[in-house]
Amino acid sequence: MRKLLVSGALALSVLAAGAVAIAAEKEVHPPHKHWHFQGPFGTYDRAAAQRGFQVYKEVCAACHSLRMLSYRNLVDLGLTEAQVKGIAAEAQIADLNDDGAPVDRPGKLSDPFKRPYANDAAAAAANGGKAPPDLSVIVKAREGGADYIHALLTGYVPFEKLTPAQIKEFEVTKDDNYNTYFPGHKIAMPAPLVDGKVTYVDGTKTTVEQMSSDVTEFLAWASEPHLEDRNRTGVRVILFLLVLAGMMYAVKRQVWADKH
Amino acid sequence: MASPHGAPPVFNNKVIAWIDHRLPIFSYIEKEYHTFPTPRNFNYFWNFGAIATVMLVLMIATGIVLATNYTPHVLMAFDSVERIDRDVPQGWLIRDLHMNGASFFFIAVYVHIFRGMYYGSYKAPRELLWILGVVIFLLMMATAFMGYVLPWGQMSFWGATVITNLFSAIPVVGQSVVDWLWGGFSVDNPTLNRFFALHYLLPFVIVGVVGLHVVALHVHGSNNPLGIDPKGPQDTVPFHPYYTMKDGFGVIAFMVVFAVFVFFLPDYMGHPDNYIPANPLVTPAHIVPEWYFLPFYAILRAVPDKLGGVLGMFGAIAVLFLLPWLDTSRVRSCTFRPIYKWFMLVLVADVVILGFCGANPPEGFWVPLSRVATLYYFFHFIILLPILGKIERPLPLPSSIADAVLKKKVG
Repeated sequence: MRKLLVSGALALSVLAAGAVAIAAEKEVHPPHKHWHFQGPFGTYDRAAAQRGFQVYKEVCAACHSLRMLSYRNLVDLGLTEAQVKGIAAEAQIADLNDDGAPVDRPGKLSDPFKRPYANDAAAAAANGGKAPPDLSVIVKAREGGADYIHALLTGYVPFEKLTPAQIKEFEVTKDDNYNTYFPGHKIAMPAPLVDGKVTYVDGTKTTVEQMSSDVTEFLAWASEPHLEDRNRTGVRVILFLLVLAGMMYAVKRQVWADKH
Repeated sequence: MASPHGAPPVFNNKVIAWIDHRLPIFSYIEKEYHTFPTPRNFNYFWNFGAIATVMLVLMIATGIVLATNYTPHVLMAFDSVERIDRDVPQGWLIRDLHMNGASFFFIAVYVHIFRGMYYGSYKAPRELLWILGVVIFLLMMATAFMGYVLPWGQMSFWGATVITNLFSAIPVVGQSVVDWLWGGFSVDNPTLNRFFALHYLLPFVIVGVVGLHVVALHVHGSNNPLGIDPKGPQDTVPFHPYYTMKDGFGVIAFMVVFAVFVFFLPDYMGHPDNYIPANPLVTPAHIVPEWYFLPFYAILRAVPDKLGGVLGMFGAIAVLFLLPWLDTSRVRSCTFRPIYKWFMLVLVADVVILGFCGANPPEGFWVPLSRVATLYYFFHFIILLPILGKIERPLPLPSSIADAVLKKKVG
């Protein structure tokens, strides 16, 4: 009886595990890349994130907002206050003057990032009916996180290079954008990056791979600016708790010594 | 049970003695948390009541701080949560503690429930103690569900839509009940407002029922791994310092695991879709609840009929209320129940399988699996338990706790 039941339970769990594996095979998993911010001691690569900000500003920002961030946040990225003030001042922000009349004024540190469109309806109208998603928490909002964003930006396949089978299965036409990693493969966003799209001030070569990896580093930071603080605090808290647990265990042993 | 540790306490401090003469809170603490006779043979499963209590306090403390910074409005809720994360000093920490705290509260409570079931803690004279526990579990589920709606992400919105819509399965008045719950004709601002109000209220109701749970516990004292009653002072130890120190260690050890998730995997238990602001016009590909609801969600979907599914889901909890009477065996602990012991573990495996079924879309292989697992769940409680109690031959019980403890030490 005992053996029968145990083997029954085992068989059930093996079946379940098998089904999980089968279900997982259907999806295309983004390749895993090692990120500077990974792991309990991870930090953001400031140079990469600054280059990534440049890519965002010169490419992505044409369509994608970053509304949870303010210009002041860029100081955390390692830019000087003067640099950030300059970046903010480039934007014309709608405001009211002292008489209550609408005016456009240069941006200040405290302003949120200027959005490319006046509102979601305008964003949708300019992009074939669907507003480009805000990128503030995009790395947290996608299965696969940074790996997925990076894979998506580098995963475009031109129509000429698709196999007839792919064209047939996903009903791709010449006007569609095919992306290996986008669910369903047909994505509204045309390939945003081409080699040499931006010019980095630090001289780093602007390949699609490089720009994609940099902008992903930047977006990861934008999604979670406090990650370094979190990791630092976590290491200290866990060390403290481990020591405390050890001491509590010793106390418990001591208290129970005469009862064992 | 009369305290074997004797006479009422005498307080040397005059202020304490003065207060205690008028309001005996110090006598109460002394009796219930110091000299309280507790079986000497608890294993580490008995830590989880204390751990759950600590999690409840942590959830209320962090929750109050979050509430002071949160805005329950459909246009501002998502942004206000992000603002807590980004701009409120240490706000990220409070939020990570609260959202992972919910998961760890459920982990503690699930282990606590398993402990109660495996060692028969629900049997006479502890039936009401068990029932109060199931009430706490139900209140926790309601609180957690409404809390998950508050960030107003895609899963918040669609989870709320799916779960509130369940009530439309009630014949005749269903849709009216749903409209009444929503405060309108869809999940919208009034829904968010009332969920926030109730999410703040229910934890204090839980505190009240936990109080009753503890009062009921202290009438006959705790059960123990042997499931036999203490027969005298040699079978018990005073609660303090023996179990205060052991619980202290258990709580800290649990906190280590909790901290790993809070600080290094804060979004592991969550769903990425909840970082997409709620959009009533776009339905997520798969709507899934938080992991701790998955087995019940699987039962809901396993029944090929809406009302049946709802009844199945609520029935899965309702059977727990009847557990003290469904189990006909007079032996409490599974240690002495050679057959039931294994069925208890099969039930755990069944619930885990139901969890996987709930996490996956209801298609292909998962449909029959979830149906079989659902049937097995009810089979366990309604058919197996009453019959097994009659036919199983339990192992001989030890004559006393002290006897068993000392024999084990020699052997």
